[in-house]
Amino acid sequence: MKTKMLLAGITAGVMFAGSVLASTLDDVRARGKLNCIINTGLAGFAAPDDKGNWTGFDVDFCKAVAAATLGDASKVNYTTATGKTRFTKLAAGEGEILSRNTTWTFSRDVDLSQTFIGVNYYDGQGFMVPKSLGVKSAKGLDGASVCIQTGTTTELNLAEYFKGNNIKYNPVPIETNAEAQELYKAGRCDVYTTDASGLYATMMSFDNPSDHMVLPEIVSKEPLGPVVRHGDDQWADIVSWVLRAMMAAEEKGITSKNVKELAAKDNKDKEINRLLGKDPLQGLSKLGLSPDWAVNVISQVGNYQESFEKHLFPLTIKRGMNALYRDGGLHYIPPIK
Amino acid sequence: MTFFSNIWRNEKSREIIVQIIVLFFLGWFISWLVMNVNANFEALGKDISFEFLFIPAGYDINQYLIDYDSRDSHLRAGIVGLLNTGLVAFFGIILATVLGIALGIIRLSKNWLASKIAYWYVEFTRNVPILLHILLWHGIIINTLPHPRKAISLGEVTFLSNRGFYIPKPLTESGIELVYLFLVIAIIFSTLFAKYCKRKQDLTGIQYPVFWINFSVIFFLPLIAFFLSGMPISLEIPALKGFNFRGGMHMSPELAALTFALGIYTAAFIAEIVRAGILAIDKGQREAAESIGLKPSKVMNLVILPQARRVIIPPLTSQYLNLTKNSSLAIAIGYMDLVATLGGISLNQTGREMETMLIVMLIYLSVSLSISALMNWYNSKVKLVGR
Repeated sequence: MKTKMLLAGITAGVMFAGSVLASTLDDVRARGKLNCIINTGLAGFAAPDDKGNWTGFDVDFCKAVAAATLGDASKVNYTTATGKTRFTKLAAGEGEILSRNTTWTFSRDVDLSQTFIGVNYYDGQGFMVPKSLGVKSAKGLDGASVCIQTGTTTELNLAEYFKGNNIKYNPVPIETNAEAQELYKAGRCDVYTTDASGLYATMMSFDNPSDHMVLPEIVSKEPLGPVVRHGDDQWADIVSWVLRAMMAAEEKGITSKNVKELAAKDNKDKEINRLLGKDPLQGLSKLGLSPDWAVNVISQVGNYQESFEKHLFPLTIKRGMNALYRDGGLHYIPPIK
Repeated sequence: MTFFSNIWRNEKSREIIVQIIVLFFLGWFISWLVMNVNANFEALGKDISFEFLFIPAGYDINQYLIDYDSRDSHLRAGIVGLLNTGLVAFFGIILATVLGIALGIIRLSKNWLASKIAYWYVEFTRNVPILLHILLWHGIIINTLPHPRKAISLGEVTFLSNRGFYIPKPLTESGIELVYLFLVIAIIFSTLFAKYCKRKQDLTGIQYPVFWINFSVIFFLPLIAFFLSGMPISLEIPALKGFNFRGGMHMSPELAALTFALGIYTAAFIAEIVRAGILAIDKGQREAAESIGLKPSKVMNLVILPQARRVIIPPLTSQYLNLTKNSSLAIAIGYMDLVATLGGISLNQTGREMETMLIVMLIYLSVSLSISALMNWYNSKVKLVGR
């Protein structure tokens, strides 16, 4: 019993050494930097560029929150996490935001005591195969070896889908996307499965992307979004409204190019005025943000569309479900008033 | 002179006081850690609960020694993982022991080339981290062996591919009971015969080729039964169906890589232990054995090794423990052992880091203690009995 408690103690002592009591916003301001937990490397979402700077769709969101809270999008420390370590790292206080293609599910939200602040990318699990395999549908995968990135909802979806369709398969669980790619390329697996966005990102990093294809079946709903710890509502509100501000900016046609100009004048659309700090936005002081928070976000990072087109268009990912509702997509933003 | 300074000056009571103080600080430290855990868990709104063990795991495991399905519980998934750990540790220990003893003896041989090869093997192998061995072997298997469609075929019954090794699987049919019966008879006969020969040798000094006689009996008697009962064993030959081979027995590349890596790495350490054990035996023993005309192999098997065993076994035990614990690196190549199932996917699906890690640690602890106990028992069997 003693040994057991000692072990528990040591583990916990290490894990939760960074627990905090002050408000998250105060901590970030005092440090002068935002700590953001991102993917270990997934092209388009979070990957180092040729100068070694992290860049991508998820990284942009970290920058946006830094711009809103600190006024400077570059003031971010990045911590990487695998699918397995991400929640532990967030709980242990290694970051204020987990911005790492994380699927919003009931048990993660409720049982793990985390707060999902919204969806920044609607995704679904798909399958990638070499064209030479001659498979046209996931239903034709009976007996195949399937590489899976572990520690994700992917394994559960896969088990449920294949069981439902009475298909036998041989799972090969892999810790990170990079290793999984190597095994897939070496032919250890016939199929690679993860979120469709991840499949496109992986495919584009191959020497011959056209030798591979993503099968038409999307076997799950994967609403991906940033996550914060439970218990600090002010921080959760800040993070969620930064995301909405980026989408609202797209809706209102505010871009990084014209934001300064629009902020300087009185617009006919009063919502633009409120978003950009021209007219008062009731309650903003409760969030502890300055009136130019959204201007900082849009001028330094861009609106949702700009970020999406910059990072995800090169991967041949289309807007699809991720368009604004008025364009037939799913992003519907509460009004800024 | 007060009462207390007297106590302090007394060596015995001072020792006790120091131990009490140390114990007090240890207890304080532990309770502080436990309180810290509780406080942090409370702050996070989490509790410690083991209920998750009994809900369906929901994921599939690619190698299971007991029946497993994704609807089974996390507990069962953990047991499947534990058995996979046991399997690779078992194969690894056998490989490491056989290879290690052979290398240890070769290292001491008078043949310059053989001895140098063993020397370089040991130096190269033990100075490279085990994780690299594992990745190297896995890389070799999946990158050099062909795709199943172009698998290397050995006589059209055994296949090597980058999805693993496939060998025919023996299937028993009715009539097999006779073979089993003859096997049991053969084993009983061999045991009695060995005892008889030993007594005969003790009394008269006459030696029989016990090994060869017993080997023939155990091998041929069931073979005769096999033909008598109309060959009740058939082979299930693996065949390529769809993407992979079906049927037969399958060894995955992950299991193979892990077994090779663990066995080959640990063999280097065992070789050194064996060498040390042999060198620890006074050379007079060897000279005496040689002087009475024993063959070199008998000198080794009858005189040197039985004595060296006493020196070899304790450090050998810790090598077995190391091998078993090192098998947890399986996660690097996707072999689903205990750490990958209960300590990996289950942890992630349920978010119960503390609970899963505690269970995994306790299991490794009890496995290690069991191996240790077994080896201690063996050690007490082979140690010198009062001389």
